Amino acid sequence: MHSVSIRSLDLSFGAVKVLRDLDLDIHDGEFLVLLGSSGCGKSTLLNCIAGLLDVTDGQIFIKDKNVTWLEPSERGIGMVFQSYALYPQMTVEGNLSFGLKNAGMPKPEIAERVARAAKILQIEPLLKRKPGALSGGQRQRVAIGRALVRDVDVFLFDEPLSNLDAKLRADLRVEIKRLHQKLKNTMIYVTHDQVEAMTLADRIAIMKDGAVMQLASPAEIYNRPGNRFVADFIGSPSMNFLEGDLGPNGFATDGQILPTDGYGFETDAPHGPATMGIRPEHVATGHDLSGLPIQAEVTVELVEPMGSDTLVWTQFAGQTFRFRMDGQAEVKDGDNIHIGIDPAKSSFFDKVSELRL
Amino acid sequence: MADASMTVPATGLADGPRGPKPRRAFSRGNIFLYGTLGLVAIYYMIPLWVMVMTSLKGMPEIRMGNIFAPPLEITFEPWVKAWSEACTGVNCDGLSRGFWNSVQILIPSVVLSIAVASVNGYALSNWKFKGSEVFFTILILGAFIPYQVMIYPIVIILREIGIMSSLAGLVLVHTIFGMPILTLLFRNYFASVPEELFKAARVDGAGFWGIYFRIMLPMALPIFVVAMILQVTGIWNDFLFGVIYTKPEIYPMTVQLNNIVNSVQGVKEYNVNMAATLLTGLVPLTIYFVSGKLFVRGIAAGAVKG
Repeated sequence: MHSVSIRSLDLSFGAVKVLRDLDLDIHDGEFLVLLGSSGCGKSTLLNCIAGLLDVTDGQIFIKDKNVTWLEPSERGIGMVFQSYALYPQMTVEGNLSFGLKNAGMPKPEIAERVARAAKILQIEPLLKRKPGALSGGQRQRVAIGRALVRDVDVFLFDEPLSNLDAKLRADLRVEIKRLHQKLKNTMIYVTHDQVEAMTLADRIAIMKDGAVMQLASPAEIYNRPGNRFVADFIGSPSMNFLEGDLGPNGFATDGQILPTDGYGFETDAPHGPATMGIRPEHVATGHDLSGLPIQAEVTVELVEPMGSDTLVWTQFAGQTFRFRMDGQAEVKDGDNIHIGIDPAKSSFFDKVSELRL
Repeated sequence: MADASMTVPATGLADGPRGPKPRRAFSRGNIFLYGTLGLVAIYYMIPLWVMVMTSLKGMPEIRMGNIFAPPLEITFEPWVKAWSEACTGVNCDGLSRGFWNSVQILIPSVVLSIAVASVNGYALSNWKFKGSEVFFTILILGAFIPYQVMIYPIVIILREIGIMSSLAGLVLVHTIFGMPILTLLFRNYFASVPEELFKAARVDGAGFWGIYFRIMLPMALPIFVVAMILQVTGIWNDFLFGVIYTKPEIYPMTVQLNNIVNSVQGVKEYNVNMAATLLTGLVPLTIYFVSGKLFVRGIAAGAVKG
């Protein structure tokens, strides 16, 4: 059974097509992250699921019920917004109970649900306060609580952590993950932060220009990106790309042939113009490089020490190349370093279609 | 390796400027600034001074001609006369009747126009419908059409629906003429309320009126005060509509004031005229004094987010 199912969804604002023919099935209890840069349509999609935007074409199902024409409150969803969107004139308790009052729930049950949500989110001491007297993290917890009390099937998060500082963001990220483990609700989470996406998601849907580029588990997306856009988008620092040609002997670039031993091609023996993608953290140095099929000597051009590790900029096969070294490694500009690359951990993309080969 | 001066922190203070920059109280700029402000303030205060002083003098003293001098002998007679004895035509019950007429016009007009315009503004900013922008533009255009053009058509309309020369007719006219500018005011205020708040309320199952009364209204107090001040002063000071769309028994205070001041028979009682004018201006003045602070906050609310 699918919890949320989106079928050939179209959405246009005038002549601008924001979502085009989008299909998406979300399993029961799944944590799905919609990831993409700003303007890719991820928040728009979330608003469509919530019923805050009328769709141009297509259907939306929640719990196998067609909710395309239903009001947001009738869809069994709860939503958490980036700006918290707490009602400023109501206390925390008023904020939590507003939706239940609108639904005409009896008072004792409202009190019980508010108490339960407050306990889960540890906001019991704040119940009598107004949102203005809360910190950012507390406000966001109340906002989550507002979705929680309504006992909904699906939680929608619209960049809930983007307004918080880095430390709070990391804390609340873990709390949201714990909450999901505890509640086992379906959660759809929009973000532009790939760390949030990788850490929280059961599956990630990477979006671009109103279409889903790849829908897969974080590990799959990281290790086997489906196309060049996904490969470039995921990972920080981003992937190195070498332009060249695939042939029977290997990958020809800048006058040298790199072997492709161990790489699992999607199709048999592809050939032609292609792009090779290598993650900076998959470049081996020192003892690790023994036995790797691709080995080379490069000259360090620039060093970016980051404490836990060090990013080194260099030239490889005539193209700019970055790789990551241990933070303790002593390396400086002009040094010559021996590096090794494992084709099995690389990715190859078709030059034209940009799809994974 | 590193320079010693970089690792050892400097101690003590060097010569030269330290702490806040000193400012002179009597700099040339300050004297010029406060001098100008003082002069302008006096310039604006003089008419009020003359009015208050004249209204407290008896007629013999006024005839002596020192209009700036304070009264030698203070009398409140002119105030009493202006309120309850001054004659307009055959009626000699002073401004009091006009005052109560104005109150009867003012309260329903203010309440009705603000109620209608706030719902308009809320709907136009949050519940956009097909053609809502066009609708809004047409409404705003109404603010630019001179009143004079519409006077006669409105006379005909009011006559046809049977409320010409009645309080109801005047209230309707005030409500309609207040709508464009008030709708603009409310629409812009509600547009500054974060959209996510509105979305959250919809997810929470609140409808059109639920969101209006429970979410938007409690947040919009400052703009309601602004609208109230605009409407109270505007409607209280209105003369044209009052004289056209009502009849002598229900003339508002401004019309009656004009009739008292401009009566051609008998002696010109300047003290009574001054007292009558001050009495008429008292209501808008009080409103400003009472709610001036809220007014400024409401005007600035759109610009600065809390």
